[in-house]
Amino acid sequence: MLVAILVMAGLAILLGAILGFAALKFKVEGNPLIEQVGAILPQTQCGQCGYPGCAPYAEAVAKGEAEINLCIPGGNAVAKGISELMGVEFKPVGGDDADSGPKPKQVAFIDESLCIGCTACLKPCPQDAILGASKLMHTILPDYCTGCEKCVPVCPVDCITMVPIKEDIASWKWRYPVIPLQNIAAESEGQP
Amino acid sequence: MRTLSTFHGGVHPPQNKDESNRLPIAPAPLPARLIVPLRQHIGTPARPIVQPGDLVLKGQMIAQAAGPVSAALHAPTSGRVVALENHAVPHASGMPDLCVIIAADGEDRWMERQPIDYRNVDPATLGERLRDAGVVGLGGAVFPTHVKLDSGTQQKIHTLVVNGAECEPWITSDDMLMRERAGEIVEGIKIMAHMIQPEEVLIGIEDNKPEAIAAMRKACQGTNYEVVAVPTLYPTGGEKQLIKVLTGKEVPSGCRPPSIGVSCSNTGTAYTVHRALNHSEPVISRVVTMTGNVSKPQNFEVLIGTPIGEIVAQAGGAKADTRRYILGGPMMGFDLPSLEAPLVKSINCVIAVSDALFPTAPPVMPCIRCSRCAQSCPAELQPFELYWFAQSRNFEKARAYNLFDCIECGCCDYVCPSNIPLVSFFRFAKSEIFSIDRDKKAAEIARERFEFKEARIAREKQEKAAMLAKKQAQMKAAAAADPDAAAKKAAILAAVERAKARQVASDVPSGADQTTQSSEKP
Repeated sequence: MLVAILVMAGLAILLGAILGFAALKFKVEGNPLIEQVGAILPQTQCGQCGYPGCAPYAEAVAKGEAEINLCIPGGNAVAKGISELMGVEFKPVGGDDADSGPKPKQVAFIDESLCIGCTACLKPCPQDAILGASKLMHTILPDYCTGCEKCVPVCPVDCITMVPIKEDIASWKWRYPVIPLQNIAAESEGQP
Repeated sequence: MRTLSTFHGGVHPPQNKDESNRLPIAPAPLPARLIVPLRQHIGTPARPIVQPGDLVLKGQMIAQAAGPVSAALHAPTSGRVVALENHAVPHASGMPDLCVIIAADGEDRWMERQPIDYRNVDPATLGERLRDAGVVGLGGAVFPTHVKLDSGTQQKIHTLVVNGAECEPWITSDDMLMRERAGEIVEGIKIMAHMIQPEEVLIGIEDNKPEAIAAMRKACQGTNYEVVAVPTLYPTGGEKQLIKVLTGKEVPSGCRPPSIGVSCSNTGTAYTVHRALNHSEPVISRVVTMTGNVSKPQNFEVLIGTPIGEIVAQAGGAKADTRRYILGGPMMGFDLPSLEAPLVKSINCVIAVSDALFPTAPPVMPCIRCSRCAQSCPAELQPFELYWFAQSRNFEKARAYNLFDCIECGCCDYVCPSNIPLVSFFRFAKSEIFSIDRDKKAAEIARERFEFKEARIAREKQEKAAMLAKKQAQMKAAAAADPDAAAKKAAILAAVERAKARQVASDVPSGADQTTQSSEKP
């Protein structure tokens, strides 16, 4: 009896020591979930979710503080990805309208005849995608513009507009195959 | 006699090759207007180097290679560049693309040509010549040939496979080229062999082309090139399938043939290699089969940029019941969006389609998981599973089931008892996955740029603070180091004291105070 108690107690102390050591030695720095959620987000830093950027939103989602369907540019694809990652129920972006796809991609465009070269738009651009200097013409680098719209409200002369990206041959995608319906029943009825 | 291997699956669709291989290759007449699309090869589209209004000579470069995987384009005839604009092109999307449009002057005047003796030139220079001559794979994938033959960057190629299988029904352009110009094809193969120095050269031709085999064997006499008759089975002409049949080696999933030391090129490509180097003629024409529902099916040598409608007219015109046109073969081809669209380097065949020749497919039925598609698949995939994943947009799963090993040969469509358009689903899934990957990459770049900007702002702030601190410290140090500092300080203190004293004095009004003030003034 005493031996058994001692053996069990000894085992408990030993295993406890190993676990305690492992907890210190293999401690995970930070929350890996935040990074995983961040990898799903489109990284536009647009703030349309109500958080100041993609990283804060990812953190809020990972902590369970934010809804998973707030990313407007990512649309349902992102909401679905997060729901699968987090193991929570999928919610379509924009409420119950299940068909709402991702917002069409767009880039900012500066009307250079109106631009006064005030540099107000340079600072809010999260991508450094606007090229310009004081009293000089500004222009958008379309390859880096994520279409976050942050430059639109700050322009004092309203010379920035958002232009949707049109599909061209390089970005064209094969459509989901549509199989034409054929009325077989009517044909067979016609033959007695 | 070489022991041949086999690949998994494959089908035997009706050949229909006799329609177009009875007449010799005929030169097509010069069209009035030529439309040369800038996107004619895999990789970066060529960069135009002409302006509307420029006069060009036949064979003159009009667009240069942009980037490592790209090739040049040339004026197919002499004339004037009239526009650089969007025009209908032969593409499955039916969308227009940027083209150089040339009005022919009818003289068909060549530029000055400078043939070279390839034996005295190093392979890298030959590769540049091929790139600048616009030589790309004419089997259909239009991969720039100089990249394939670049011996510097890849591992040693021990086998050069020349693909003359031409397994798709209806097409006879390679067949006719081999029958009529076998000698010139072999000259091209010699250049390719000179560039990559393989141990053996194998020319694979399906055994339904006995005339082509005989012609190639004759042309290969005196060389150690081996012409191999391979059994007719669709899709033997697939690069990976032909390599398996000839060498018994399998190209691993997701790899190209050079990974197992094999390079594979089409016979038509070998012909253009010969023309490009030995005659200094860039790729400005190709042999194309015009067949199907036309009165006189035949092969034509057509200038790149010729509107396809003119090729149809050459073959006696389409019969009245023609509904549409297929570009390429019936197994892998796609519909021609407009007869105005020009011939490009990738098109080896145009088929006029009527209901009699190509009956409408019976209605699509549900998949019964009979697995006949899996039995016929030359890539050893499970199309019925891939179909399930593509249909439900489960793209990650489709990728995991090796969707990207699918060569879109259409064998599964051909055998499916439920008539499901499987390949259409695979093409859909592939392009969706490409788009998802593109978005992911863009998001990654966006995140990096955002983080860099944040770091930069933080750094600037820090630098500003550091600068300020440094300046203050400097001022302090300067004040401490100044020998007159103590005297200055004392003077200031004295002045302050005096001011205070004056304040006290002014509170007591007296004449004496005023005199002191006036005496102090000067």
